[in-house]
Amino acid sequence: MPQDVPPRTLFQKIWDHHVVTRRDDGQSLLYIDRHLVQDGSAPAFEMLRQRKLPVRVPGRAFATPDHYVPTDSRDPDAIADAEKRAMATALERDSAEAGIRYFGLDDERQGIVHVVGPEQGLVLPGMVLACGDSHTATHGALGTIALGIGASEVAHVLATQTLWLYEPRKMRVTVDGPLGQYVTAKDVILAVIRQVGAAGATGHAIEYAGSTIRDLSIEGRMTVCNMSVELGARAGLIAPDQKTFEWLRGRPFAPGGAAWEEAVAGWQTLAGDAGARFDREVALDARAIVPTVTWGNSPEEAIPVTGCLPRLEDATSDSAREAMRSTLGYMGLEAGQAIAGVPIDHVFIGSCTNGRIEDLRSAASVVHGRRVAAGVQAWVVPGSGLVKRQAETEGLHETFMAAGFQWRHAGCSMCLGTNGDQVAPGQRCASTSNRNFRGRQGPGSRTHLMSPAMAAAAAIAGRIVDVRTLGTGAVR
Amino acid sequence: MTPLRQIHAVAVPLPGANIDTDQIVPARYLQKPRSANFADFLFRDLRSDAQGQPRHDFALNEPAYAGAGIVVAGANFGCGSSREHAVWALHDAGFRVVIAPSFGDIFHANALKNGLLPVRQEQAVVDRLLRQLRQTPGASIEVDLVAQSLRGPDGERSAFAIQPFARHCLLEGLDEIDYTLAQVGLIQSFERTLA
Repeated sequence: MPQDVPPRTLFQKIWDHHVVTRRDDGQSLLYIDRHLVQDGSAPAFEMLRQRKLPVRVPGRAFATPDHYVPTDSRDPDAIADAEKRAMATALERDSAEAGIRYFGLDDERQGIVHVVGPEQGLVLPGMVLACGDSHTATHGALGTIALGIGASEVAHVLATQTLWLYEPRKMRVTVDGPLGQYVTAKDVILAVIRQVGAAGATGHAIEYAGSTIRDLSIEGRMTVCNMSVELGARAGLIAPDQKTFEWLRGRPFAPGGAAWEEAVAGWQTLAGDAGARFDREVALDARAIVPTVTWGNSPEEAIPVTGCLPRLEDATSDSAREAMRSTLGYMGLEAGQAIAGVPIDHVFIGSCTNGRIEDLRSAASVVHGRRVAAGVQAWVVPGSGLVKRQAETEGLHETFMAAGFQWRHAGCSMCLGTNGDQVAPGQRCASTSNRNFRGRQGPGSRTHLMSPAMAAAAAIAGRIVDVRTLGTGAVR
Repeated sequence: MTPLRQIHAVAVPLPGANIDTDQIVPARYLQKPRSANFADFLFRDLRSDAQGQPRHDFALNEPAYAGAGIVVAGANFGCGSSREHAVWALHDAGFRVVIAPSFGDIFHANALKNGLLPVRQEQAVVDRLLRQLRQTPGASIEVDLVAQSLRGPDGERSAFAIQPFARHCLLEGLDEIDYTLAQVGLIQSFERTLA
């Protein structure tokens, strides 16, 4: 390499490698190695049909239905609503017509697209990946530029295998130090969002770094990258390391044999160069992070479970105070009140944020030998059929069911309720998902985001509780 | 895509930050085909209560804003989900421009591909516009994409930036897929370099 090449970030290296052409206005045409497709993609396939365009490289696309599938059965006909049923079945038809590999409801590999992709080894370090879903950033945990896109861009990728993009600005989020007991990747990312804000990373690609990030499992890293979009980021990624390579080794679509060694050698060169420049740097001390819960309608409205809601007089402007009052009204909470002790009606453990095996193990360890509080409806929805099977092999499903949880089939389910799995109006849900927006889990639903361990503790206590005090007699 | 050059239209004020795409179109309408009129689902749960009755505290329900073509909103408008339906709903309801201090990145990209112009303005400019729109419900704003400027109800002009290619596509009503496919040779060359 010539000596005058400036040090590059991980993102920059992957980006540079995928530029097909660069236009005078600064936009680059980026080649897309992998396209993951889910059952919200019917409009994009329809756009192609209207133009009579074929799918350019069907072998680079993989499809699985997740948003509209039932989680109480594996029968597509069990989807009562005809339009929703049509979404789930359209994907199978569109995939077959285009020659795209499809993991359907009768296939154990079906699940949430962001769980299935990595699990199958379809996502590899150094790739550029796109998917018509905002939580695509999840895949950045493997050292991948993973872009969430809308329907028109899905159609563009299907037709051209490329996307036009301006190179985003670079932000590095460094988290250092050990995590305390029951403090998880979810608490780390909620703490980051609390500090940076819901629009704090708009127009940026985030690289997560530091000892805390390195010490996270690959599943934990996916939880962190998953919520990059809740900071407004275009992508979030983590330099691949030995842990990444070991996690990927032997996965069905990962390279094997000699190709594996060659691939790893290439991946080892991806980490950012020393001295690479970031447009913005943010640092957090992991020792200051405790189990974290959201109280409002934006993921940035997160507080330590030991803390209290903000007070109206803390608002920085009249309009912020007005907004806070409105949020408190929607959530049925009082300004300044403690978040611990707030009674809940539902518990949802699952989603592309926290539906992987490690999440279910963490929740089961809290639930073990205990009972779900009376009146609470608690669900576990594994992220994929294979996560479900792994959990059953470990007996986790028995722990959950003995406690009174429902043990369901894989899908997006109650994260956004597109399949009909909804929280009723006015009801409150302790949820391991990624968004606490108004109406997100159903009209009038009230969502509190938290980790699987915290959601499990909430199920047992019947209210939001610090998982670290559950069973110590200190539960309020 | 319908071309957009100039628009002079009633602007509706939607103050407050972080108006997410779940609020713009609730998830329960995402299975509707593009041929549906998504205007029916625009801000559904902000516009109507659980019984389907109009909420009187929501600006779009006020007669003064009938026929509005411009939204003026708070920061991070369109954050959240990648659902293009959020753009379709605004478009189907007759909106061609959203003015805000910042936008969700995916919403911004989706808007440009559907003839909806996202205009970034400083918070102070947005606050001024919001104030004027509240003082005079039904007031109009003029947006000129050719000149890249807007004129508020008080007549004050303000310039805005836009990506040159996006501007070209909006002005001409062009489609990006056709444009890219015209350069398929470059893509083929790149593909030959892949293992």
